[in-house]
Amino acid sequence: MSNPLYRRDVISIGDLSRTDLEFIVNRSAELKHSGPLPLLKDRLIASCFFEASTRTRLSFETAVQRLGGTLIGFSDSGNTSAKKGETLSDSIQMIASYADAIIMRHPQEGSARLAAEVAGVPVINGGDGANQHPTQTLLDLVSIAECQGRLDGLSVALVGDLKYGRTVHSLAQALGHFNPTFYFVSPDALAMPAYIEDNLTAMGIHFSRVESLEEVIPMVDVLYMTRVQKERLDPTEYTHIASQFILKADMLSHARSNLRVMHPLPRVDEIHPSVDRTPFAYYFQQAENGVYARQALLSGVMNEAIELPFPGGR
Amino acid sequence: MSAMNRDKMLVEAIQSGTVIDHIPAGKGLTIIGRLQLKNAEVRLTVGLNLPSHGGGLKDLIKIDEWRFTESDAAEMALFAPRATVNIIEDYRVVRKFPIGLPERFVGVFACPNTNCITHNEPVDSRFRVLVADDAVKLKCHYCERAFADSLFIEQGSL
Ligand SMILES: [Zn+2]
Repeated sequence: MSNPLYRRDVISIGDLSRTDLEFIVNRSAELKHSGPLPLLKDRLIASCFFEASTRTRLSFETAVQRLGGTLIGFSDSGNTSAKKGETLSDSIQMIASYADAIIMRHPQEGSARLAAEVAGVPVINGGDGANQHPTQTLLDLVSIAECQGRLDGLSVALVGDLKYGRTVHSLAQALGHFNPTFYFVSPDALAMPAYIEDNLTAMGIHFSRVESLEEVIPMVDVLYMTRVQKERLDPTEYTHIASQFILKADMLSHARSNLRVMHPLPRVDEIHPSVDRTPFAYYFQQAENGVYARQALLSGVMNEAIELPFPGGR
Repeated sequence: MSAMNRDKMLVEAIQSGTVIDHIPAGKGLTIIGRLQLKNAEVRLTVGLNLPSHGGGLKDLIKIDEWRFTESDAAEMALFAPRATVNIIEDYRVVRKFPIGLPERFVGVFACPNTNCITHNEPVDSRFRVLVADDAVKLKCHYCERAFADSLFIEQGSL
């Protein structure tokens, strides 16, 4: 089985086609059911976190080790030569001469694209400042496909901070390949930016703004919650506004049976713990899928062809 | 006397170089700022608020000894999208072309996003030009943000 990702950089969700996304989603499901396979055997992966992010780093490093790969790298920039004034370009060229691929996170936007241009090995973006974090979107897609049995033609509500939330922007862009219907639920001050809505219109995708969380629940297959951050709103209005975007179990009484609630985690109070015990909660399974989505991506980038040693692979 | 000759009389003719004509009145100084950024020694003759053929006013800049390429000209496109460039040799126009908006700007503008990696690294800035409904935006190849052209025009006037 050949794959479309071999030796590619994965910097931005916009770099990935529908075919690429389907490959990752299918491969992720296969790896989840097959158990560990030695798809990164004899491969050395550099895990370079110029900015600390324990959750993302552990997920990537688990994925590498589960596939039999080995790791070098660092978990924050404290002890690196970047602190001593070395350019990122120089650091990356040096690391690329040691490793077979580079996973990186960096606090500045554009850092991963720049690294990919100077590195002779594939670069996978684990977050570049406020710009892109494509593997978060991949695990979201994997989870949506897993809980709905499909990606095409779903109704999806995006809830919370839709203005600054890169997670929802990337998810909207990626799901845009699969003919979705979107409902945007946010405070007025944190509405989906016009350029995203313009892109969706240009792609022929249906979307509408819905006033309240309760109103949207019966209409959707996926309820994707995000946090409304205090510092984004007028402090006197915050408590009042934020409370309208908190999901509680009793609000789900009119939900479709296939509805699943997702959240990029960590949550604060936007999903009440009462929701955890309902069959609709899916955010913990979603987080677990981060490892499988990253395994799928890495196995594709590092192997020209993959022989699956088990029957029933899609 | 033809209109073109009358213009030549208004500012002294040059033997060889480039004449940028039909610059919107008021934008001439911005373009001079950009030219001096590229070459601090450049010798310029300038006409501001000259009468334009179609009525109204225009600015005109003569640049000694520097024959513009299309890409030199394209750098000025945000400031004077309808200007024309005349290449002069031996006091005669040997080539004439309109300034067109290019598909991309490489190494011309600094990224308005202060947290963009291009500010810290030995790399040319790169912007793709997006035109929609008459609005021009420049999208940074690195940080992927799109910015209205007015942000760059402010940079240009320094
Ligand atoms: Zn930028």
